[in-house]
Amino acid sequence: MKLSWPARIALAGSTVLTLVFLYIPLAVVLRLSFNPAKSVAWPGFNGYTLDWWRKAWESDGPKDALINSVKVAFVAMLIALILGTLAAMAMARFQFFGKNAVSFLMVLPIALPGIVTGIALQNTFSRTFDLGLFSFRVGFGFHSLVIAHATFCVVVAYNNVIARLRRSSPNLLEASADLGAHGSQTFRYVTFPLMRSALLAGGILAFALSFDEIVVTTFTAGSGFLTLPQWILANFSRPQNVPLVNVMATFVMVVSIPLAYLAQRLSDSGSDN
Amino acid sequence: MGERLDRAARLIEQSAVQNSATGGRASGPFHPLRAVNRKFHGRRRLGVGSLLGVPLGWMLFVYVGSLLLLVLSSLYRLHPKQSKPTGEITASNLVSAFKFWDPDVWPIVWVFFRTTGVALLVTAICFLIALPVAFFVSKVAPRWLRRGLIVALLMPLWAGYLVKGYAWRAMVSPAGGRFAAAGRGDGGFLESVFGWTPGFGRAAIVIALVYLWLPYMILPIYAGLDRLPPSLLDAASDLGAKPFRTFRSVILPMLLPSVAAGSIFTFSLTLGDYIVPQIVNNGEERFMFGTIINATLGAPNQPLAAAYTLWPLIIIILYLLAMKRAGAFDNL
Repeated sequence: MKLSWPARIALAGSTVLTLVFLYIPLAVVLRLSFNPAKSVAWPGFNGYTLDWWRKAWESDGPKDALINSVKVAFVAMLIALILGTLAAMAMARFQFFGKNAVSFLMVLPIALPGIVTGIALQNTFSRTFDLGLFSFRVGFGFHSLVIAHATFCVVVAYNNVIARLRRSSPNLLEASADLGAHGSQTFRYVTFPLMRSALLAGGILAFALSFDEIVVTTFTAGSGFLTLPQWILANFSRPQNVPLVNVMATFVMVVSIPLAYLAQRLSDSGSDN
Repeated sequence: MGERLDRAARLIEQSAVQNSATGGRASGPFHPLRAVNRKFHGRRRLGVGSLLGVPLGWMLFVYVGSLLLLVLSSLYRLHPKQSKPTGEITASNLVSAFKFWDPDVWPIVWVFFRTTGVALLVTAICFLIALPVAFFVSKVAPRWLRRGLIVALLMPLWAGYLVKGYAWRAMVSPAGGRFAAAGRGDGGFLESVFGWTPGFGRAAIVIALVYLWLPYMILPIYAGLDRLPPSLLDAASDLGAKPFRTFRSVILPMLLPSVAAGSIFTFSLTLGDYIVPQIVNNGEERFMFGTIINATLGAPNQPLAAAYTLWPLIIIILYLLAMKRAGAFDNL
């Protein structure tokens, strides 16, 4: 398609403006984390301090919340990877009745608003289920958060793995079988190596998704367990804690963006297969 | 890839050697998982079942089960004093959530419709921004720049939901407002740099939501455009179509599934959101429907809150089914 120069320039301009729109707010938070004043007022380019970073490092509140977030995200990621990979392998290899419904089900937890998922899980976790022989109640805390997070992280792992499996040629499996490999050997020498970087990418993205989640977390954490997003939410309106919120927000940014970049590279790395 | 096949071939050779060593009696090389492999060989149902069983069970028990329980829980009457659901079944919660012609219920339903309106508005704005940007990156930008551009456009997705909401608080904070600096009279970034800010409130809510979900729209549209063969666009122009006509008659229809995929996120995430709207709000309490659900739950009135969640639940499921028809699910 031949586009006129003004059209090209308008398109380029809108892209540049969008990038500016996307990055300025992040840059503002970064700048504020070095701001001596306790406020969100824009300080311009004068006055820098590392005090708040030191304070954040020394205070227990944000650090404990950070450790809690990492723990939950890690365990939820492992569960999501296992469930997502199994489902993706079934969906990529077999045709079966109800396949569409399954793909719908996988997407549901991230497609439904967090508040619906959150209230639904809260309701379930707070109930006592009487099964005749024994009764149980899930309750709230680390474990309930892991269950909730794993549920909506499955789709990320699933999407990454199934995209890779769909791109890779089914001939490889046939070739492997023709060469006499068993199902388990084919998995070990062909399927798994193919999926490896997709698994890593899906794992990183699932981790990031859980690490960042706030809505479902609010409903399923209970009162005794605080994650980093919950800590930020509880503190951003307290004027004396604004600087620490700036620091923690910046920290989240500078940790997750490179990780996401890595995940992107990894999930692209298999595309030439 | 060739290397992996080589390895497999070597393996087979080894096993052939082993076989001849045993006089070819054995039907195959010894393998610890042989029994398992045999069980699964050629049994499609067993394969599907064993792969899908655990993930499907998890999703059905934990997730679908919870959704069903949520729907059920909206049928219980609230204990008048203890604020806990009783065992008594009632339709009153559903009535107070859905009887929109009742003047007491209408304000609530109106908030839901307004929230749906905000979700559609946010989706439309995201689409209008994402389309030229994605088009530029996939079809106009020089090839060496494309990867970097798309990565740059998607990375803010991972900066953290709250971080971004909080960033917009720092952006729009007005001068002299109650959130402004102690000691400094000036406001947030927009106020001090451009001398203008929408301030906290509805405009800020829409801007912040567009900001949050924009990459979700850019990614599928970019992917859709990337799959669009350039020869198709050349063919359109060979047939005499001007760029606008090409866009309307060739690009847009083929992009529909991608737009549908992106809109699932922009629409649904906005519909249920209440935290970021709260962060950049001016104190107007019931702007988004999520705020009402949350407040009702905290009242505490779990059955009524459950009845309220049916609104977004039904709308989103209808929306998802419509988008599935549009082919969105292959583009997520």
